[in-house]
Amino acid sequence: MPLEIPLLTLEARATPSVSAAWLSPLLALTLTAITGAAIFLIMGKSPGIALYIYFIEPLTSWSGLSEVLVKAGPLILIGVGLSIGFRAGIWNIGAEGQFIAGALLGSAPAIFFYESANPLILPLMMLLGILGGMGWAAIPAFLKTRFNANEILVSLMLVYVAELLLIHLVQGPWRNPQGWGFPGTRMFPDAALLPVLFAGYRIHLGTIIAIVVPLLVWFALAKTPFGFQIKVFGSAPLAARHAGIGEKRMIWVTLMIGGGLAGLAGVIEASSTIGQLVPKISPGYGFTAIIVAFLGRLHPVGALLAGIAIAVTYIGGEGAQISAGLPKAVTGLFQGIILFYLLAFDLLTRYRLTRITISKSAT
Amino acid sequence: MIPALLELRGIQKIFPGCIANDNIDLTIAPGEIHALLGENGAGKSTLVKMIYGVLRPDQGEILWRGESAQIDNPASARALGIGMVFQHFSLFESMTTLENIALALPAQNLDLLRAQLEKTANEYGLKLHPDRYVYDLSMGERQRIEIVRCLLQDPKLLILDEPTSVLTPQESDVLFETLRKLVAEGRSILYISHKLEEVRALCGQATILRGGKRVDHCVPAEETAQSLAEKMIGRRVEPIQDRETSILNEKRLVVSNLSKRSDELHGTDIQDVTFTVHAGEILGIAGIAGNGQTELMAALTGETGPPQSGSIEIENQDATAMAPMDRRQLGAVFVPEERIGQAAVSNLSLIQNSFLTSGKRMGFASAGIIDWSAVGAYTGHILDRFDVRATGRDALASSLSGGNLQKFIVGREILQAPQLIIVSQPTWGVDAGAAAAIHEQIQELVANGAGALVISQDLDEIFSLCDRIAVISQGSLSTPRPAAEITTEAVGLLMGASNHASGDSLANA
Repeated sequence: MPLEIPLLTLEARATPSVSAAWLSPLLALTLTAITGAAIFLIMGKSPGIALYIYFIEPLTSWSGLSEVLVKAGPLILIGVGLSIGFRAGIWNIGAEGQFIAGALLGSAPAIFFYESANPLILPLMMLLGILGGMGWAAIPAFLKTRFNANEILVSLMLVYVAELLLIHLVQGPWRNPQGWGFPGTRMFPDAALLPVLFAGYRIHLGTIIAIVVPLLVWFALAKTPFGFQIKVFGSAPLAARHAGIGEKRMIWVTLMIGGGLAGLAGVIEASSTIGQLVPKISPGYGFTAIIVAFLGRLHPVGALLAGIAIAVTYIGGEGAQISAGLPKAVTGLFQGIILFYLLAFDLLTRYRLTRITISKSAT
Repeated sequence: MIPALLELRGIQKIFPGCIANDNIDLTIAPGEIHALLGENGAGKSTLVKMIYGVLRPDQGEILWRGESAQIDNPASARALGIGMVFQHFSLFESMTTLENIALALPAQNLDLLRAQLEKTANEYGLKLHPDRYVYDLSMGERQRIEIVRCLLQDPKLLILDEPTSVLTPQESDVLFETLRKLVAEGRSILYISHKLEEVRALCGQATILRGGKRVDHCVPAEETAQSLAEKMIGRRVEPIQDRETSILNEKRLVVSNLSKRSDELHGTDIQDVTFTVHAGEILGIAGIAGNGQTELMAALTGETGPPQSGSIEIENQDATAMAPMDRRQLGAVFVPEERIGQAAVSNLSLIQNSFLTSGKRMGFASAGIIDWSAVGAYTGHILDRFDVRATGRDALASSLSGGNLQKFIVGREILQAPQLIIVSQPTWGVDAGAAAAIHEQIQELVANGAGALVISQDLDEIFSLCDRIAVISQGSLSTPRPAAEITTEAVGLLMGASNHASGDSLANA
């Protein structure tokens, strides 16, 4: 008697489904909400109220919207930069470190010229912030092009170096002499702070930069030879080589863009909502931006939307801690669940599940 | 009546988007060499993979010696007595012949195995050195390892997939002798090929596949190569037209004493290669795969960087240290061996693939912004002029058949109006109709004063297309000779030559 064994198997689709590629983030968000509801239920909270606090409430007031956009700013800037690298197959995981390096170098003028009122100090800080992020990303770029060192590990390890460097500076050489021994630099002078757009709200000039940059990058990717080269390099390295697209150049350029934008995000954060350097200046923006990049389909405008969506969970998470007594870890949990569902759906855009039957002779 | 050794009844296999095998019958008698003929994509590989248990038929029945058989995997195929030598060998390059054979068999004493190996090899005239490392061996020697490995398991049916595609004509003759010995012992052979003359000489029966269906069954000796080709292709085939050659004195490409180390482990280094391509001339480079063709092509395109020594001049300008795009600016275009992943990007549209190599030369991004509508018009021109069957300019490269994609790639390069075209394996895996179109386009370009370099493993292609012929063997190139003055046999000897010196002496003999 042959034994019939039914099995599910993955079968490659003839062509990847295009609509599914854009549906999958929406489905992932929906399923995250449903899973979240189940978790809240198990925790003994009302799922309806908790989900409302998380996902809806931040969007119901001007101040909530302003907070979401302020939070989204760094996520978008870093996410856009990472998207470019990921498209090219360069896995920069250390944007968090480049963010900190940008904040450090970019803040230097505000700390050394703490009484300055020169209007040029702000552009200088932005420039130095970009250079700081680039410099930090140059380390994995150099090691990869020179010794073929894995950029994932190098960039990731450098995050911890940057964090410790920040802590050292704000506790040691850069500590505010009038700060009663608390770790942290002097407060930046007004000239070194990004102007807020509306009195009473925290939304600032940096937020505008974060909205404009993805649009510029979108144009560059779609219309310039450089954008085209990124696409080719990421999907067919041999074709890139054949068409004369230099591998080392692509590694350098993508890491410089990713590092530069992360560094810019870092100095923007320091010179806006914080206004000084403290031991912890990022709630993990550099890591969360990886989710933003993938949720946004490695597309700059996608990263803009995804940055806002993820920012909602940050702000909602803060609200939930206060009004529903939920732990802060739930925010990270949500971000993890989103990425998990997203990767699952991405698999299904390229493969379909089919049922096969294996017959085994029962001898 | 003796039952057939193997009988397939109504075999069907469907892949997403295509019926690879449709209701196929095939019968192999004991002691028979049975040819499975068909163009690329006709379904030959799919069918034999089901016989060897790599794939499972969706429908139909396999009978082994008259009894229904279920072949779940290659191990159960081997247990029945079916052995197979694939076109792409599955050998570990950093291990010896003996070790490779030991790996494929149940654990046993190596000394016993060595004795067995030598006995089998001698018996069938398969020359092998048990202790040599595979990376050091020619394609023919590697194939012999695969065959001996099969024979040690005493198969009743041996499946050979395009075995002569990696052999010189002389090596092929030796292989045929071995095969005849095997069938004289009552074994059967399923011989997959699209080379019609060798099928006529070797095979007692032939099954012809076209488009996944069995279109005919015949005795090859009673057919002509022409009639077999027509059954295989489904219509008349026109032989390549002889053309008036007018080789000019102008030099399009001058390569002098070029030496370049391979980037790949166990790759072939290019050694002291010298040749010239004139205007109005097609120079052919023959050779068995893996003798440095890939490395030579890469050295000519510039994609692997400058050579260790020697020089390359394109249109009388020193291009030795130039990047690929700069060489194209001098008037050279290139069609590399790998269609997907090197010449074209599978998940990009045809428009985007047009831009890939033509962008700079055709000035599609002169102001730093890509003029996609101009690229689109150029793409449309390629599709019309070269009869590329595609759903449109926006079709993904991956959606085109091999032949159509190659026509597109060749078209993309030729429409750039080059002075020099360098093509590697122009019709490898391409159907006969597309191959003829590609040959015609290259000839037309050359008739208008361009020079062409064609690197090919296909001797028929080399002889019918080229004005002068050189042979690459282990990274060295023989002196190019006029096609009219060199025979297939002489080229075959050069292909098998172990070094440059002996190669030249053979050519002069």
